[in-house]
Amino acid sequence: MIRFTNVNMTYPDGNEALRNINLHVAQGAMVYITGRSGAGKSTLLRLIALIDRHSRGQIIINGQNLDRVRNRRIPLFRRHIGFMFQDHRLLHDRTVFDNVALPLVIAGYRHQEIRKRVQAALDKVSLLPKINSYPMSLSGGEQQRVGVARAVVHRPAILLADEPTGNLDPALSWDTMKLFEQFNQVGVTVLIASHDLDMIKRLQKRIITLKQGRILTHAGTPIEENVKTDEAS
Amino acid sequence: MKPVNKKKNTRPDKSFKSELKRRFDMLLLQHMQAFIFSLGQYLKYPLSNVLTTAVIGISLALPASFYLLLDNVRFVSSSWDGSLQVTLFLKTDIDNEQALSFASKLKENNKINEAILIKREDALAEYQKLSGFADALNALDENPLPNVILVKPAVNGTSETDTESLVNELEALPEVDSAQYDSKWIQRLIYLLDIVNRLIIILSTLLAIGVLLIVGNTIRLSIYNRRAEIEITKLFGGTDSFIQRPFLYSGLWYGAFGGIIAWVLITVSMQMLRGPVKQLANLYASDFQLIGLGFINSVLLIAIGIALGLVGSWISVKRHLKAIDPV
Repeated sequence: MIRFTNVNMTYPDGNEALRNINLHVAQGAMVYITGRSGAGKSTLLRLIALIDRHSRGQIIINGQNLDRVRNRRIPLFRRHIGFMFQDHRLLHDRTVFDNVALPLVIAGYRHQEIRKRVQAALDKVSLLPKINSYPMSLSGGEQQRVGVARAVVHRPAILLADEPTGNLDPALSWDTMKLFEQFNQVGVTVLIASHDLDMIKRLQKRIITLKQGRILTHAGTPIEENVKTDEAS
Repeated sequence: MKPVNKKKNTRPDKSFKSELKRRFDMLLLQHMQAFIFSLGQYLKYPLSNVLTTAVIGISLALPASFYLLLDNVRFVSSSWDGSLQVTLFLKTDIDNEQALSFASKLKENNKINEAILIKREDALAEYQKLSGFADALNALDENPLPNVILVKPAVNGTSETDTESLVNELEALPEVDSAQYDSKWIQRLIYLLDIVNRLIIILSTLLAIGVLLIVGNTIRLSIYNRRAEIEITKLFGGTDSFIQRPFLYSGLWYGAFGGIIAWVLITVSMQMLRGPVKQLANLYASDFQLIGLGFINSVLLIAIGIALGLVGSWISVKRHLKAIDPV
């Protein structure tokens, strides 16, 4: 599903964010990326979403070589990805419904379909009663769950989450991670960048640790197994 | 890429035609959404938007009302053109009967509306009465005045050159000694109106640029204010045309409402002027009435507003939307 081969990323200001990254994530896998801030976690996610383009090496996402995705095809490429952010990035002048509906509106779904799917997504994160509220009237945890609903409402193949629990207390963080696991169980490939190592370890998933732009350790599910499942699919 | 989120009806075995129809439906739906959404945005901040629209409306109303004024002046001056007359001084050896038949002959010419004979005796009598030279005139053996025919050119052939050629034609007739036609002031008026017309074109161009700048700047601000939304939309796969559509429609709304405000301003002003103008026209024994915008010009005014709004927002969108990348 996600394959990095000898990937380097140097920003225009000369900052070498990633160096010689080799990585493979099978379809349906759930992977945590950890490391200190500045280690390259966010850059990794940005490269997958084509927010930035890598400098050297090869990235293949879902069978697509990112070098071959032209700029005007980027929007269509991104419709297979769901995003989550530490600061939620909800639109405060829109209701919860409108926020969650955004990916579907972009993809041009009909209104009835949008309503159905938004309700289903909000139900999943137990926020259906708040469907007509504005984000400002929700608690931090609730806002984060709205973000989760928005990230999965268009049923993406890949879910990318950048520090999704950064602003939450441990209990809420745990709930959010469990939510991600649920989506992973229905086949979504999930990549989560987080520095909360203690919690990640308890979740018993594969962990990739970055340090100064390099992969330091792999832990959890062996890589070979992931390769096999990917080729089988 | 293996589509996880595609709908059942987008399977590749469906025909090209139905795929085309689906895309068209989607485009139509998204246009409707942007159309309604941008109207909603407009109504959401009524005060600032009404202020912006009022500025656009005044900018449109100024040149439009000048054009209307020019139209009215042209209309009035064209009716003066019609009342122009050419004075024919006949040769002194033409007697009254010959003059009368000459006058009726002139009337048959279709370029001439009217030909009135003023007999030399009548002219003399009037002159004696008005000038105070009665005694001096009595001392003369014979009447020094010629017969005169006042010719009114036909109304439908009243352009400058037409009248000019008619005068030349009449002057060439054997019965005519000379023909007089006072055209200078009409010419001056026409040239003056030409200058005014040019001034209005310059003014309209400047104000149109003003409208473009106002709309462009308003859209620029709203792009800036909705930066977060644009970023998120780009992140979730919104195409450039999807993102710029609501801004273009906002420009359309600004232009349309600006046009409507301009129309209201002009219509109200015309209504206020109508009474005094009618009183003035009555003094000149004229039934002249102010020409209003009319249906076609009203539609044109609003269409120009919409066009300027669209162009202004388009320029702004092209310049500022590209700069926003998802972070």
